[in-house]
Amino acid sequence: MPVALQIVSPAKELLARDVDMVVIPGSEGDLAAMEGHAPLITLLRGGVVELHEGGSVTDRFFVSAGFAEITPERCTVLADEATPLAELSRAEGETRLAAAQKAYDDADKSDITTLLPLQDAVLSAQAWVETAQA
Amino acid sequence: MPSLKELRGRINSVKSTKKITSAMKMVAASKLKRAQGAAEAARPYAEAMQRMLNALAKSLAGQPNASPLLAGTGRDQTHLLVVVSADRGLAGGFNSNVGRAARNHARKLRADGKTVKFLPIGRKGADYLEREFRGDLVHRELIGNKPTDYGQAASIGAKINDMLSKGEFDVCTLVFNRFNNVMSQTPITVQLIPLALDDAEDAADDADAPQYEFEPDEETILARLLPQNLSMQIYRAMLESAAGEQGARMTAMDSATRNAGKMIDRLTLNYNRTRQANITKELIEIISGAEAV
Repeated sequence: MPVALQIVSPAKELLARDVDMVVIPGSEGDLAAMEGHAPLITLLRGGVVELHEGGSVTDRFFVSAGFAEITPERCTVLADEATPLAELSRAEGETRLAAAQKAYDDADKSDITTLLPLQDAVLSAQAWVETAQA
Repeated sequence: MPSLKELRGRINSVKSTKKITSAMKMVAASKLKRAQGAAEAARPYAEAMQRMLNALAKSLAGQPNASPLLAGTGRDQTHLLVVVSADRGLAGGFNSNVGRAARNHARKLRADGKTVKFLPIGRKGADYLEREFRGDLVHRELIGNKPTDYGQAASIGAKINDMLSKGEFDVCTLVFNRFNNVMSQTPITVQLIPLALDDAEDAADDADAPQYEFEPDEETILARLLPQNLSMQIYRAMLESAAGEQGARMTAMDSATRNAGKMIDRLTLNYNRTRQANITKELIEIISGAEAV
């Protein structure tokens, strides 16, 4: 039985279709959404959303950050930005990594509330570069 | 009675004005289509976000020390008005309507003894507000000539968030033109901070809504979701305003084109009458001259 997957970014809906299973990069680790999954709202880290259909991976998207809402029937991925893996540019990732690293280095290290988002940004950019390499 | 030459000149000038207004109408129509498409495309994200916010708010209801984005600062003294207008004019009452709505809102707040600050998005609205509230504009944001971009909305959102954490205002309200249809846009105000969520009654209605689990936890997700929601609200207002601007311009230019057409007809009639009168006069002169001989 399929799960209705929807990947949306603020600017547009990127994908809406039924898949057998979708693996999403949750902030606490990857998780797979299939039909009948318990309702869950999770943060996303930078990583790859994998669409599984008929026992094989049919599509991959890189998401930099965002949220996901899972219910027994559907899975909605709210990505800050989502790029098909084939179009992911490594140079772009490296630019972002450098910028994120700089912002992190320049930040006030005693203020944990500003530091955490910056750290997430660095990790997300790192994931971008690694994904683009592979 | 103007001379024939003068009339010809006036007809020509009205004709070229008509060409310009009808070209502007066409451009506005095609831009309108694109702007409507963009507004449509942003809807799924906003809807999903609203769902998540409601679920979170329900699960966190009644908890103390909620984020100031959700609960406000607890005071009601300083108001920030974010006014979305257009950069360009020639769009009928589009810009002055939203400007007037903001001004009236601000006057009412002032009469109650509140402090009002403005963050105008779009040059026309900023110019309008500057006349009466010079010095209260904290920042002027131009829209620019490109299509509405989420990045811009996100940076405005970050700025507002920053101002909030510095305690520069207590209540933030968004004023923008809601897109009813191509012909009509109405200025509306939406309170952004503290966030006005659906009423408790609505929450009770969807009691069959799923009980979500949250990962990592409610507070962390909410802390990420609220700034994102702020940016998204601004983004949607900008999209609606962009579509409304083109709609208003299209309507304004349509009636300008029609008026120019009417004026050309009137002037042409006048021109022909004058020409005929001149010919008649000449004939009479010739005939009476011939009779006199």
